[in-house]
Formats: sequence, structure tokens, C-alpha cells
Amino acid sequence: MATFAVPPRYRAASVWALYALGLLPGFYAFYLGIYGGLGADPVREFEHRLGFWALRFLCLGLAVTPLRDLFGTNLIAYRRALGLIAFYYVLAHFAVYLTLDRGLILSSILGDILKRPYIMLGMAGLLMLIPLALTSNRWSIRKLGSRWNTLHKLAYPILLAAVLHYVLSIKSITLEPVIYLAIVTALVGYRVVRPRIMDWKRGRRLLAR
Amino acid sequence: MPLYRPPRIAASEITPKDLYLSRRHLLGGAAAAIALTATESAWASPLSAKPSAYRVDEKVTSKQDATTYNNFYEFGTGKADPAQNSAAFKPLPWTITVGGLVNKPQTIDMETILKDFPMEERIYRMRCVEAWSMVIPWIGFPLSALLDRVEPLGSAKYVAFETVVRPKEMPGQSGFFQPLDWPYVEGLRLDEARHPLTLLATGLYGETLPNQNGAPIRLVTPWKYGFKGIKSIVKITLTEKEPPSTWNRLAPQEYGFYANVNPAVDHPRWSQATERRIGEASGLFGGARMNTLPFNGYADQVAGLYAGMDLRKFY
Repeated sequence: MATFAVPPRYRAASVWALYALGLLPGFYAFYLGIYGGLGADPVREFEHRLGFWALRFLCLGLAVTPLRDLFGTNLIAYRRALGLIAFYYVLAHFAVYLTLDRGLILSSILGDILKRPYIMLGMAGLLMLIPLALTSNRWSIRKLGSRWNTLHKLAYPILLAAVLHYVLSIKSITLEPVIYLAIVTALVGYRVVRPRIMDWKRGRRLLAR
Repeated sequence: MPLYRPPRIAASEITPKDLYLSRRHLLGGAAAAIALTATESAWASPLSAKPSAYRVDEKVTSKQDATTYNNFYEFGTGKADPAQNSAAFKPLPWTITVGGLVNKPQTIDMETILKDFPMEERIYRMRCVEAWSMVIPWIGFPLSALLDRVEPLGSAKYVAFETVVRPKEMPGQSGFFQPLDWPYVEGLRLDEARHPLTLLATGLYGETLPNQNGAPIRLVTPWKYGFKGIKSIVKITLTEKEPPSTWNRLAPQEYGFYANVNPAVDHPRWSQATERRIGEASGLFGGARMNTLPFNGYADQVAGLYAGMDLRKFY
């Protein structure tokens, strides 16, 4: 199987580069917001950009396996970073919602969380991400063994919650949400057919011997 | 009456037209002047209007925000799309056909409208169903004046409006993925249409309407959510039955025919209790929400129209 073309000695550096690159759009949006570059409703725009980047990095994290299975590109070394970058964007998105958007008025925030399906989905996504972020270290992987894999299957409901959170928050369905829905459907749907694809590939390998 | 409050915004805060025109002269070269005008609307030109008593006592939204943050899906669904994609739209020449249950159906051109109806400036709050708001100095005339001219029949109960369809000039009306059915349509009950607050706007900020704000003529009903303010109107029809309205047709459980601003009746997916006033934040901070008022603060004037109606049912 082909591995991604980064020599092992640069691997750690490339992971750090990914963190820096991945978080850059968030800092750039903050900079734009401070200097009036986010249009007439900067708070909403900033909040939305953070949410979009969270969704994008969740998708990238769940694209690692299909890329390896189907195209032989192994990006597994970057999956933890992709997931954690998504988590940081979700945290920032939530923090902006609580402070800049809702002004920390707890009654209105609680009302929102208890009443609005799209907020509930967003909250559910955030809550499910927390154990994944907390166990995204080698020690947890070793300690949890095969349970780690089971736990991290939460990534699928998280991605579904994230995309529904987005789609339910908008006024009308346009091309953009349809594209995100299609990508998420493909990524999650792949997991349903994956066992059969792997069987088929294994069968072919045996035949080739 | 709350209507007759003096404006809090000092006249000195508004850059006088002559002054900013003279700044352009300072730039010298005609090319520079053309380049500057091109970033606004190619069609916006000065429009005179007498001041009126209809003005809210709140800080007016900047012209920059009011003309670059718009919902006008005919030019695209992004807030910046209408300003960016409307340069090819030609609001002149323009005619409005007024008909249906009236004594004197007629087609009126913009020139006649600007000549026959005295224009006045009114500073209204504008509350979008997406929970943001602005304060806009409109120029226009009461819709009732136009209705008087066509003499509605006794059987007329509603007024239906229709936006122009020009896929070649309105990029949002072509392409394979369109969120709404065209033409955009809206409607009012006749008494709402005759209400003195109901305005047919032909301008804002002392100029004719820029394309992105609904040139050359649009509806303004300040106690209703912004989507009732149908833009670029070509047809007005008096009817006996409640006419369809675009957003109601798309999602009837979310958008009612009345669409009166009501903090107590939430959109099924989000709260309408608060709103963010555009332009209040400096950068990212200080843009916290303010409470939304019943009928967007115009309850004293319009609540009577809905006496005895269950506003939870007729949202």
C-alpha cells in the first residue's frame, strides 16, 4: 500500500504544520472581524465561518479511511490532528455563540438549547466530541484497546449531527448545503458498504496469488 | 403619539450630498469619479423628498450596510450577492400594471409615479425574519395614494404584488438550483395596504433605490418581517381571495401570510424574541442582541388591524 510521501523524519513537523495551517482560517476570520472585514453582521459571519471549518475538518477526518481503502493514500498520521482541529473549531463556534452572539444571557441560551432542534443537534455534536478529544492520545488508545475503536465510531453521529445542525439553521436549501449533505452522505454511507468492499478486495488479492 | 418624536441622529452626522460630491471633484479626473460611482449602483441618483413625521428615534443604519447586506434571491442567496450581481439590472424604463378588482385599471410608468405622487422621507425600523434589523431612511409615498387612483371595487379584499422576472439581468433566476419559484409574489389585506405606514418606496438615503434594494419601486411594511417588502414590483392586483406569498408557499408552517413581527411567536426553528441591530457592533464586540418589539415597535399604529385575531394562528 502506498504511503503518503512525507519521509518519516518530517512527519512530526508536517503534523504541526497541519495544525498551524488548519487553524489559520479561524485566526484570519477573527482578524477580519476585528478590523471590520466581515461585512454588516460580523458576529454572525464569524460564528458561521468557525462552524463551516469545523464541518470541513470533520469531513476531512472521516475521509482518511476511504482514501486509504480506495486510493491507497495513507493519511492516518494526520487523522488525530484533523479531528482535533475540528474540535477546536467547534469549541470556538460554541464560545462565540455563547458570548458575542447571545451575550451570555443564560435564559435565552437555555431556551434555545431546550427548544431548537438545530441547537440541540449542535450541542449533541459538541458533547460527543469531548470524549473523543479527551481520548485522542496514545495512552488512551493503549488503555482502551479495542474499546477505543468502538468509542471513536461516535465520529459518524457527530458528523451527521453537524451537517443537520447546519441545514436546519438556514432559511432555504441552496446548492451549498446540498453539497455538504452529499459529502456527508458519501462519507457515512461508505462505512455501510465498507465491509463488502474490503471482502471483495481481499478476495481479489487471494486470487492474484 | 410615538410617531412625532424628533430624530436622535443629528443632521450633522449625515455627510451632506454636496460635500461628498465636492470630495469627488477634489479627486480631479472624471475617471476617478466614474470608478467611485461604479462601486455603488449604476442607477442611484439624487431623489428629493420632503421630510415626514414618520421617523423612529434610533440611530440610522449606515448606507454602506443597508446597500451591501441584502436578501434579494433574484440576485443570489448570499447577503452580498444582490449588491455584487445586480449591475446588469435595468430599472428604467419601468411600468407597474395595476388591475384586478378596480374601477380604473392602468399601467403607470416610473416617470409618472415620481411626478404624480409627492415623495416623503420616512425613517423606519426594518426587522428581518432571520433576526437582524436595521433603521432605514426610505423615500416613497403611501400605497393608499396609488390605490385611491385606481379605485378598488367593494369586492376587493386583498392586494397582490409581483416582482419582475428577468433571468438575463437577475442571475439568481437562472441556473439549475433555484431556491424559490419566480416571480416572487406577496400580498396584503386591503386594510393593511391602505394603512398610512404602508409605503411604496422609490429611494433611500436621499437617492433612488439601488438595484440591490429593489429598484425602482418596492413595498415597505415596517411592522412585518422584511420578506413582505416585495422588491422591483411590476404588478399590483386587487383580489377577493387571499393571494399567495412566496415564502408562505415554500414553507407554510414557518412563514405566514401576515408575517407580523412578533417576539412571542417563534419561527419553528429559531427564536424571534431578540434581534441583532446591524452596525451596532464595533468589529466583533458590542453586537449583543436587543429585544424585538411586538409589531416591530409599531403596535400603537397597527395592532388595531388585528383586533380579535389569534396571532399565534395567523402568524
